[in-house]
Amino acid sequence: MRQRNVLRPHRRFASARQALRLLLAVTGLAIAGLARAEVAVPPFARVTDLTATLSATQQAALSRRLAAFEAEKGSQVAVLMVPTTAPESIEQYALRVVEAWQLGRKDVDDGALLLVAKNDRRLRIEVGYGLEGVLPDAIAKRIIAETITPYLRNDDYYGGVHAGIEQMLSVIRGEPLPAPAARTPPTDRAWDGWAVLLIVPLMIGQLLRRLLGALPAGLLMGALATGVVWLVSGTVLLGGFVGVIVFVLVLSGVAGHMGGGRGGYRGGGLGGGGIRGGGGRFGGGGASGGW
Amino acid sequence: MKRIAALLLSASALLLSGCGYNTLQTQDEQITAGWAEVLNQYQRRADLVPNLVSTVKGFAAQEEKVLTEVTNARARVGQIQVSPEMVNDAAALQRFGQAQGELSGALSRLLVVVENYPQLKSDALFRDLQAQLEGTENRIAVARNRYIQAVQAYNTTVRSFPSNLTAMLFGMAVKPNFTVEDEKAIATPPTVDFGSGD
Repeated sequence: MRQRNVLRPHRRFASARQALRLLLAVTGLAIAGLARAEVAVPPFARVTDLTATLSATQQAALSRRLAAFEAEKGSQVAVLMVPTTAPESIEQYALRVVEAWQLGRKDVDDGALLLVAKNDRRLRIEVGYGLEGVLPDAIAKRIIAETITPYLRNDDYYGGVHAGIEQMLSVIRGEPLPAPAARTPPTDRAWDGWAVLLIVPLMIGQLLRRLLGALPAGLLMGALATGVVWLVSGTVLLGGFVGVIVFVLVLSGVAGHMGGGRGGYRGGGLGGGGIRGGGGRFGGGGASGGW
Repeated sequence: MKRIAALLLSASALLLSGCGYNTLQTQDEQITAGWAEVLNQYQRRADLVPNLVSTVKGFAAQEEKVLTEVTNARARVGQIQVSPEMVNDAAALQRFGQAQGELSGALSRLLVVVENYPQLKSDALFRDLQAQLEGTENRIAVARNRYIQAVQAYNTTVRSFPSNLTAMLFGMAVKPNFTVEDEKAIATPPTVDFGSGD
């Protein structure tokens, strides 16, 4: 009885059953919300088949073809097969994938994606900004309607994907694009240099800190850093700026907490192999179709 | 003297970057770029319309009502003065969204009518135009989406502390965004299924 009184000012349920029904409805909604969660974007690969339709040899053949084309022309083309893109439309999902993968080279934006949603019986060619000229919507649509879908109607998925890719590559080959770099220099190499520049004085400072104490070590290293940077860059301001940073860092003994100093900073990187999106951008160009 | 000036300059640079001034500028610039892309894609669609109308006319001249509807909507879109400053004017933005929504509606009705003309549907020129229209509608959706996100990010900065003080100081106000109603008007119609033909 007491509990009822507590509930009264808020909202009264005519019976426990009604309350239970409300609870069920709320959980039902929550579950429905979960069920509507978007399909996750798989990790980048040239050929990804989440429907287990293509055999390993077929995937490897496609992947080799695409890798060879990238080495030859520079454009990055990828294939993705998923069971479904629901609750999103294939256009929305395709855009999320290419935004995550960043197919194509940075500033050339020469990436393209062939996406097949098998159970939805929908497919899409998503075209990066740099390829919109050579692979406009109308051409993409023709490749889908005239080349790929006839195969898919006969359940020949490998045939469809293979023919579609060949068609896309031969179209892209006609576009004068910048030659592929022998090996794209990782953009964070410069940063590595700066990091070393900062870490070495900090290590020395850490050593001096133990010998002289925090304040003298900080002052010494700060002055040293100021001098060196001033000499190298020729500006007092930059020298002073770096000097102050080094002073503060040595004074607070940051290097001592870095656990050997070489910990994480090499992590992320571009991973050397180049099998990753190169930073290409997309704006929703391309075409979709069904079969 | 020079040194003091440099010191003051660097101090003010630190101060300004600490209070969100640079973030505000960056995000404001992103809105401008996003808006330009939205206009660009809508223009692309408007440019497609005359060609589309004349192609359909060649096969289905008797569908006069739908065709004039499209032409009129296209004309109304053309009458709206677009400018970069429009992003600050909620009423102008709404008028713009409404006119574009009307064109979207008229175009989708046209494409429904087209379903009754198999000869038109198999015409190569028409199919290319249709693919271009679909692609442009998708680009519009993408551009609008990115614009909405840019405005959202900017407005969040303008409203949150301490950058709101900076925004107030420099007279940077919250910007209007596309509203949900016209979002619906634009997002639904283009998904006409051209299905069996391809």
